Amino acid sequence: MVLIAAQAMTPNALADHFDISRQATSKHIRILNECGLLEREKTGREIHYQLKLDKMREVDLWLEQFRKLWETRYQQLDALLANLNKGK
Amino acid sequence: MKSALQFDFLVDKDKNTITVKREFAANRQLVWDCYTKSELLDRWFAPKPFTTKTKSMDFSEGGHWLYAMVDPEGTEHWGRMDYVTIRPIDNYTALDGFCDETGELNEDLPRANWEVSFSDVSDHALVRTVVTYNSLQDLKTVIQMGMEEGLKSTLERLDELLASLRK
Repeated sequence: MVLIAAQAMTPNALADHFDISRQATSKHIRILNECGLLEREKTGREIHYQLKLDKMREVDLWLEQFRKLWETRYQQLDALLANLNKGK
Repeated sequence: MKSALQFDFLVDKDKNTITVKREFAANRQLVWDCYTKSELLDRWFAPKPFTTKTKSMDFSEGGHWLYAMVDPEGTEHWGRMDYVTIRPIDNYTALDGFCDETGELNEDLPRANWEVSFSDVSDHALVRTVVTYNSLQDLKTVIQMGMEEGLKSTLERLDELLASLRK
C-alpha cells in the first residue's frame, strides 16, 4: 500500500516487489478498487495503479469505516443471539 | 439468512447524527437483554479486534455502565454510558463518553447522546439507534479514532496474509 501511495505501479511490478502471486496482488487491488481508493492509468497495454490519497481523507471514507464497525458489532450480536436461542 | 436482515446506516451531517437500524433474528426481550445486561454486552459490544470488559453496571435511570474496549495489545480504552431514561423493553436514552478506569470523564473527548428503540417485525426485533454528537467536528474525531485502530488491524491482517502467502 505504501508503495502505490508513493508511485503508480503495475500489478506485475507489485507482485514482484512483494514476492507474492499475481493472483494475490489482483485480489488486493480489487479490494482497494472497490473502496474507490485507486486511480487507474493506462499507458499503452499496461495499467498503472495509484492510491487516491485525497479520497482517503474524505469524511465519507471515515463514515464507511464507522459503518463497518457497526456492521461487525451487529454480526457479533447475531452470533450471540443465535447462541442464546439455541440454549433455550 | 444473514443477508436478509435489514441494516441501514444513515448520516445526517447537518444534525450531527448517525442513525443505525438493524433487524435481529430473535425476540425483542432477548435483544433488549443483550443491550442492557453487562454479561451479555461483554460478548458483543466492542467490534473486533476489540473485546469488551465491564467494570461496573447499574442499568437504571441515573446509573451507568463503566466498560473498556480492550485492543489486541491489551490496552484498555475506557468509556461510560450514563442512562438517562429507561422504558423496558421499548427504548432507553443514554450519554456515552470517554473516561479513565475510575469512571472519571475525559472532558476533552466528545460525548454522544444515544437513543435506542426496540420494536417487533413479525417474529424478529428491530433496533433503531440514533447517536447525536454536539458538532460535526466531534463526529469526525470519534470516527478518526475508530478508524486508526481499524486501519491498523486491517494492515496487520494484510501482513499476516502476506506472510502466509510467502510460505
